[in-house]
Amino acid sequence: MTPLVTIRGVRKSYGSTEVLKSVDLDVSRGEVVCLIGRSGSGKTTLLRCVNHLETVDSGVIKVDGEYVGYRESNGALVELPERRVAVNRRHIGIVFQQFNLFPHMTVLENVVEGPTRVIGRKRADAVALAVELLERVGMAEKAGSYPRQLSGGQQQRVAIARALAMRPKLILFDEPTSALDPELVGEVLDVMRDLAADGMTMIVVTHELRFAEEVASRIVFMQDGRIVESGSPSRLLRDPQTDGLKAFLSRTGFSN
Amino acid sequence: MDSATAEPRELTREAPEALHVVKQRHPWRWVSVAVALVLAAQMVVSMVTNDAYRWDVFAEYLFSEAILSGLLLTLEVTVLAMSLGIVLGIVIALCRMSQNPILSRFAWFYTWIFRGTPTLVQLIFFYNLSALYPRLTLAIPFGPELHSWPTNAVISAMVAGVLGLGLNEAAYMSEIVRGGLLSIDRGQTEAAKGLGMTPWHTFRRIVLPQAIRVIIPPTFNNIIGMLKYSSLVSVLSLGDLLYVSEQIFSRNFQPIPLLLVASAWYLVCTSILMVAQIYIERIFGRGVARPGATRIGPVRAGGRMVRKVVRG
Repeated sequence: MTPLVTIRGVRKSYGSTEVLKSVDLDVSRGEVVCLIGRSGSGKTTLLRCVNHLETVDSGVIKVDGEYVGYRESNGALVELPERRVAVNRRHIGIVFQQFNLFPHMTVLENVVEGPTRVIGRKRADAVALAVELLERVGMAEKAGSYPRQLSGGQQQRVAIARALAMRPKLILFDEPTSALDPELVGEVLDVMRDLAADGMTMIVVTHELRFAEEVASRIVFMQDGRIVESGSPSRLLRDPQTDGLKAFLSRTGFSN
Repeated sequence: MDSATAEPRELTREAPEALHVVKQRHPWRWVSVAVALVLAAQMVVSMVTNDAYRWDVFAEYLFSEAILSGLLLTLEVTVLAMSLGIVLGIVIALCRMSQNPILSRFAWFYTWIFRGTPTLVQLIFFYNLSALYPRLTLAIPFGPELHSWPTNAVISAMVAGVLGLGLNEAAYMSEIVRGGLLSIDRGQTEAAKGLGMTPWHTFRRIVLPQAIRVIIPPTFNNIIGMLKYSSLVSVLSLGDLLYVSEQIFSRNFQPIPLLLVASAWYLVCTSILMVAQIYIERIFGRGVARPGATRIGPVRAGGRMVRKVVRG
């Protein structure tokens, strides 16, 4: 079976700094891939390229056999207008470090907005789905609250429900717990663990190595815009091959 | 971990007992209140006892037909010029923020011209447009003419007044709108994109409703300003509230009561606007912790702090 996400030879520069230097990566259906590495290693940029929040300079990214944000024409990739990119993005969920819930909408409205206004589902159906998803992330009681009345962990769980409401084939997580107080990290990771167990395909940029060890099907270590090492959690974290990964693991205090 | 937290020690015998707290006293507040009350009382007494106020003349003209027609014209000019200003202001703000360098420079140039020259000059300029362009022509650019009108027939005093005030207002409004749009976190747009929203959907449902909250207070500031600046149209011999009052007191030599009549009506209108602002802010303030929101009476500082803390 072909992988859900195919990344081939992706390069990207900001001015004269090359942040991605020919990255190749495949993600199969149902796989949970955790991207780890120091800040500035290019992991967040790579993640954001997958749904075209960042554009690539060259290379190919396909999700479920389709380009995101481009069409192929005479051997070149032609950028699509934002209106068309929006259609490509519908089935790729993304969860941000800063949650980015819509502050002027209640929790329920946040989750209902996508299905009703983007896909055009009936409001009653969308509300039923939203309530179901909010129950799943343990936020049904707060359906009528506004984001600013919630803790960071609660906001992030709503953000996950909002992504799920679009019935995504893939969810991208960009350091979902980095902005949280330590005691709130667990509740978000629990929800993500539940999603992974349910077979959701996920790419997760994270600093939570214990979570990665437990949940990831594969861990990918990035350094200076390249994938340096990748493999199963036990292999990668217990038996690092490269000096870069060894240094990273010892710096983050990951042991035993 | 230090030992004190690990095993709390017995309270020592020398420790002070819990004492009652006496709040700080503010004697000068009472002094300032007394001064303010005395001044206010003096003011009221003089308004009642000083015959030069001529409250009889005030009462005679407050609802006179001439004054009410002036009030109506003031309101018409304000509404029309402000509508033009807001709509054009949004367009110019969007041009200014556009990726297109020509559009953005054009918008900058517009703001430069209209903010940089006196409103009075612009009013008189539009009124005298016929000196520059005797006829206004609808035509295909550099192509055949479709229809043509004499400028003076199109640009009446009213049109010149609304154009002058409205185009000038658009320059200010565009900066207010731009500030509002820039205040919205980029993460909001990214989250909207992430859900597959189109740029228009993102603007209409996510960015604009949040920006309006920021745009409302300065916009009401400008509406109230416009209500008063609209008296500039008197240079075009338009009979607005102030112009009509002036005409009356130049005949009856009672400037004070007539200026009070005009001021009373301006105050009525601004009061209505201020109440409207409170309700509109309430609508667009949904979901925002708002200790600093507009209300009648003192506003306590610290709204921003609270919001930051809540956002965590």
